[in-house]
Amino acid sequence: MVTLTFPTWMEPYRALATGKMTGDQWQALLRQLIWPVMGIAIFLLLWQLAAQRIDTSLGQFPGPVDVWEQAGSLVDEHQASRAKEVAFHERQEKYIAARLQQQPEWEPVYRDYTGAPTFFDQIGTSLITVMSGFLLASLIAIPLGIVIGLSSTAYAAMNPLIQLFKPVSPLAWLPLVTMVVSAVYVTDDPMVAKSFLTSMFTVSLCCLWPTLMNTSVGVTSVSQDLVNVSKVLRLNALSHVRKIVLPSALPMMFTGLRLSLGIAWMVLIAAEMLAQNPGLGKFVWDEFQNGSSQSLGRIMVAVIVIGLIGFLLDRLMLMLQRALVWDKSSVQR
Amino acid sequence: MKALLELSNVGMKFDTPKGTFEALKDVNLKIDAGEFVSLIGHSGCGKSTVLNIVAGLLQATDGGVILDKQEVTEPGPERAVVFQNHSLLPWLTSFENVELAVKQVFKKTKSKAEIRDWVEHNLELVHMAHAMHKKPDEISGGMKQRVGIARALAMQPQVLLMDEPFGALDALTRAHLQDSLMEIHAQLGTTVIMITHDVDEAVLLSDRIVMMTNGPSATIGEILDVNVPRPRDRLALADDPTFVRCRQQVLQFLYEKQRKVEPLPKRTDAATGAVRKRA
Ligand SMILES: Nc1ncnc2c1ncn2[C@@H]1O[C@H](COP(=O)(O)OP(=O)(O)O)[C@@H](O)[C@H]1O
Ligand SMILES: [Mg+2]
Repeated sequence: MVTLTFPTWMEPYRALATGKMTGDQWQALLRQLIWPVMGIAIFLLLWQLAAQRIDTSLGQFPGPVDVWEQAGSLVDEHQASRAKEVAFHERQEKYIAARLQQQPEWEPVYRDYTGAPTFFDQIGTSLITVMSGFLLASLIAIPLGIVIGLSSTAYAAMNPLIQLFKPVSPLAWLPLVTMVVSAVYVTDDPMVAKSFLTSMFTVSLCCLWPTLMNTSVGVTSVSQDLVNVSKVLRLNALSHVRKIVLPSALPMMFTGLRLSLGIAWMVLIAAEMLAQNPGLGKFVWDEFQNGSSQSLGRIMVAVIVIGLIGFLLDRLMLMLQRALVWDKSSVQR
Repeated sequence: MKALLELSNVGMKFDTPKGTFEALKDVNLKIDAGEFVSLIGHSGCGKSTVLNIVAGLLQATDGGVILDKQEVTEPGPERAVVFQNHSLLPWLTSFENVELAVKQVFKKTKSKAEIRDWVEHNLELVHMAHAMHKKPDEISGGMKQRVGIARALAMQPQVLLMDEPFGALDALTRAHLQDSLMEIHAQLGTTVIMITHDVDEAVLLSDRIVMMTNGPSATIGEILDVNVPRPRDRLALADDPTFVRCRQQVLQFLYEKQRKVEPLPKRTDAATGAVRKRA
């Protein structure tokens, strides 16, 4: 049987609806809804006031209302572009059908629609790139972190390199990655674009470190008592890692993964801007170069969307962490 | 009869930054199958070191340990250990904690169903059947220690090694666990070595009490036979003359012969983990 229960955060609203509010629930309502809304309202007000006083070479700095309008027009543009794409495919179908009727032996050629990517296409590209880069980084960082954590030799060997490369900015890696990808990735029939690989590798290189460090610290800090249990049970090396080390290190590992994903998202936008690789970063750069009176408003939309996506990605990791980690006290907001 | 377990001339030297530290010297002890032996001594004298050498977690620098005609060189499930702070894997339930040990020891000889039954049987033995699907976080300290004992018993060890198993528990819980342990020992006849700092506990539970001198170079000072018939009842024993005399002798050893002036103990237990910062 399924019983419907309200999540605790919804309690105050239910109480409000039924007219039975306790003092604590008022407090909760203030904390969850009223204070945040007030905060945002004050911010919007200050933004509007400040915007009116800033004149740029591209016109007045956009206030919240301008930005809202630009967001609307970005949605419109996206829908218009989709409509065009549908129309293109319909035309192509018609043309092919007509020609096949006259010339049944003709091999039809289907072409893809090649319109400029819209704002939402760019969001999609960025999301795919960031997740790929983050996954690749995790696939490298977690095993490596385990090895470093388990073996003091491996730690001694790698620590100087880690310390050296950890603080490197994505902007420094980018030219190198671009050149290497161009040199190494030569095929006639590329499965993915070079620009995608460049962005992805740059993201991986930069977001590797928190996962690596946290995993290795998590592994080193496995309690000696549990190691003794493993010894008394004569667990072999593989079982020891799987049954004792990995679960012990999981809370730390997740802390690292969350940090990594945050860095990955920041790095990606910078890399896309600098390298003109498809994605939100390129959108911002193009608008900047474009320099129309709407550009600043559109960039501001992008800024807000970038922030929102970063926030959602972090929430996603938090949910994963809550679901997978046994040590609930290690899960922070 | 030949002894089950024999420690001969066991010595232990630790390398420390301040030079070599000789913790143990010439420890000789024979233990018969089925015996319940307590190790007692002031803290820091080397009790845990002795136990860890028997467990194989430490290698003696002199002498050696022989169990059932075989020299002890590494840890193994035939010398199961009950650690002071339970050492359960916090991400597994009580059942799974015991199951991990049972699978490791009996995976070749027991079927899946037999393994499950054996895990449940051992949890029943320590009166933990009702909470076997709870995680360590969700049960009390005494219950965790019971699960730790069940895990050790489930390995069917030749010797059960216990390092201050009830040290961290309150008096009432400790009394319950002592009774359970006596019951289990009577039922299974397991050979037990238990470290304790509680004189009453040592006398109540043991066949013999091994009293250690203060370190450095600690060794066995005296061995006391506790000739009190079993089953023993803690209330009836309170003024049993043999019991009282044994208790007296242990106290005399600890507080007259091996009198130790200790610095004021630091309350480290209260400082750790008590205050958890709010996120
Ligand atoms: N790994 C180690 N290195 C150096 N000294 C140690 C080590 N382990 C134990 N000792 C020392 O050996 C002595 C005995 O320790 P221990 O066996 O833990 O005492 P007990 O269990 O009786 O309280 C102590 O003085 C302790 O400081
Ligand atoms: Mg000790």
